[in-house]
Amino acid sequence: MSAALERGVEKLKGEIDARVVSYFSSCVHCGICAEACLFYTETGDERYTPIYKTEPLRKVWQQNHTFWGKLASNLGLSKPLTDSDLADWEELAYDGCSVCSRCTMVCPIGIDIAYMIRKVKEGLAAAGYVPDGLQLAGERALKLGSPMGLTEKSLRAAIAEQEKETGMSIPVDVVGADYLCMLSSNEVVTYAEFIGSITRIFAKAGISWTLSSDYFEATNTGVQIGDSKIAAELSGRIVKVAEKLKVKYVISPECGHAYTTIRWDAPNFLKRKLPFKVVHIMELLEQLHKEGKLKTKGKFNEAVTYHDPCNISRRAGVINQPRSLMNMVATNFEEMHDHGDMNWCCGGGGGVSSNDRAIPLRYKAFDVKKRQLDELSANTIVTACSNCRMILEDGLEHNGMQQEVIGITEFIAHYLE
Amino acid sequence: MFVQWVNGIFWDIAVVVFVIGIIWRLIAVFRHGTRKDLAEPRGSAVSGAVYTGFSRFLPRPEIRSKISLHVIAGYMFHLGLFVLLLFAAPHIKFAEEHVLGFGWAAMPHWAFVVSAQIAFAGLILLWLQRILNPVTRLISRADDYVGTYLLFLVMLTGCMAMFESYTGLRIAHLLTVELFMVYFPFSSLMHAILFIPSRGYTGSLFGLRGVKA
Repeated sequence: MSAALERGVEKLKGEIDARVVSYFSSCVHCGICAEACLFYTETGDERYTPIYKTEPLRKVWQQNHTFWGKLASNLGLSKPLTDSDLADWEELAYDGCSVCSRCTMVCPIGIDIAYMIRKVKEGLAAAGYVPDGLQLAGERALKLGSPMGLTEKSLRAAIAEQEKETGMSIPVDVVGADYLCMLSSNEVVTYAEFIGSITRIFAKAGISWTLSSDYFEATNTGVQIGDSKIAAELSGRIVKVAEKLKVKYVISPECGHAYTTIRWDAPNFLKRKLPFKVVHIMELLEQLHKEGKLKTKGKFNEAVTYHDPCNISRRAGVINQPRSLMNMVATNFEEMHDHGDMNWCCGGGGGVSSNDRAIPLRYKAFDVKKRQLDELSANTIVTACSNCRMILEDGLEHNGMQQEVIGITEFIAHYLE
Repeated sequence: MFVQWVNGIFWDIAVVVFVIGIIWRLIAVFRHGTRKDLAEPRGSAVSGAVYTGFSRFLPRPEIRSKISLHVIAGYMFHLGLFVLLLFAAPHIKFAEEHVLGFGWAAMPHWAFVVSAQIAFAGLILLWLQRILNPVTRLISRADDYVGTYLLFLVMLTGCMAMFESYTGLRIAHLLTVELFMVYFPFSSLMHAILFIPSRGYTGSLFGLRGVKA
């Protein structure tokens, strides 16, 4: 057994908990999960069946925790996990899975398959089987604080640009502000209008808020890689700046996994409760609307639809808020045929978007989103994740489609009273 | 001699293995434990677990049409099997004389025949699905097939012994049941029990997050 394989197997052994044992012990291998997975439905390749992606973990569980598995291992009748297995599953777990959790929602036994795929990634990462693009993003995140390699200079440039655009001053490093707004690198270099939009909205609503120049990155490449140590380190940096600035709330920007990580996973990575509350920008906007602090004027009268980011809707329960916000300004809001907690992923979640090797497969998987959009008359797609936005724009361009994609904060800010 | 063993010692062994095996499997699950979720909850873990415990009995509308064969065959098999197990006259008589000490009303003969046909049809459809569909063929294990074949034999011998005309047929049925009981705790047949904690774990996590799963 190679040293890398040994590290992977040991890591997988350590990932086995009561949930995993219950899940594997009760799986009847019905294959229903395949019908919920865009990588299977769009390719017809049975290897993309979600429960099959957990095979390395199942093998380790079976050979170490079951009567038949231990017996077969001792008699030399079962094949142990090999380097070749891990190399094969690297493609299945990283290229052919966006950890969207749709499979989890349909399993008749109730197995949280996405939870186990996340654990498979832990084993693969420990053994060094991580796509290059994702590995480099992780290294940049650790070294520079941004998976795209951005620094404070890039943030300052984006802030200056948006101050010029809005004619307003953007608060940075304000100690004692109520809210600290984190950003994704995408929102600094590609969709900086997000910064301008929150500046305008928060000014109208009288919100005390700030950005942080010490650490602005909300995304967590550790989660995408499946490396808990990196995930904990990056989560800890957010907690550190929030504590330094003594804020009451941390705002997750328009990013799916960033929200799930800060809101739900960070306390568990860091093994302590957070000294502040975490809200997604949509939760805050809806709250401001309810309190009468967010008022709009004018309406968007063309057909428009909303793409649910998986990590925000299915994995984190923010489903009604975007619809409430959409209905504030849209007079012709169309839902896709599967939406909310059963939306179809854009195909770029779980680190797939950072993995160039997965591009052809991602384009194929995008076919389901194309069909969803083709059924609608909407020419505008609103979403609440900059990564989804980027993948949607890429998929639309690849398919020669003309729809425009816009972030929900910018969409609302456009109609600010 | 063999008949006496099947009626006596084999049955006793099967019951002991069945009960202790199930307890052992449950301990095997729960001894690993789970870590307390430290995130501030948005909803209740208990109500989430209860919700998922029941919601998964029905398929999500979004994929219902794609899995209709699974659902129909699954319900046919499981309902047919449970009706046979609980309401077939010989089973009630056996429970009264050897297990519980009391009995209850049995279903009429025609209902037995209908239930058996439904259960057999469901089991065969599920088996065909397993061997013909590329997805299930890829992910199925030997254990899945052994469980299916054992259940088929149990049901087949049960139907043959329906009238209790020949001791040999009744003994064949009892023997396959005993084999089934011994195999049960060491197989994925345990899903009959472990679906409850599996749904509970998933439901409680989603419940904390305010998601109805």
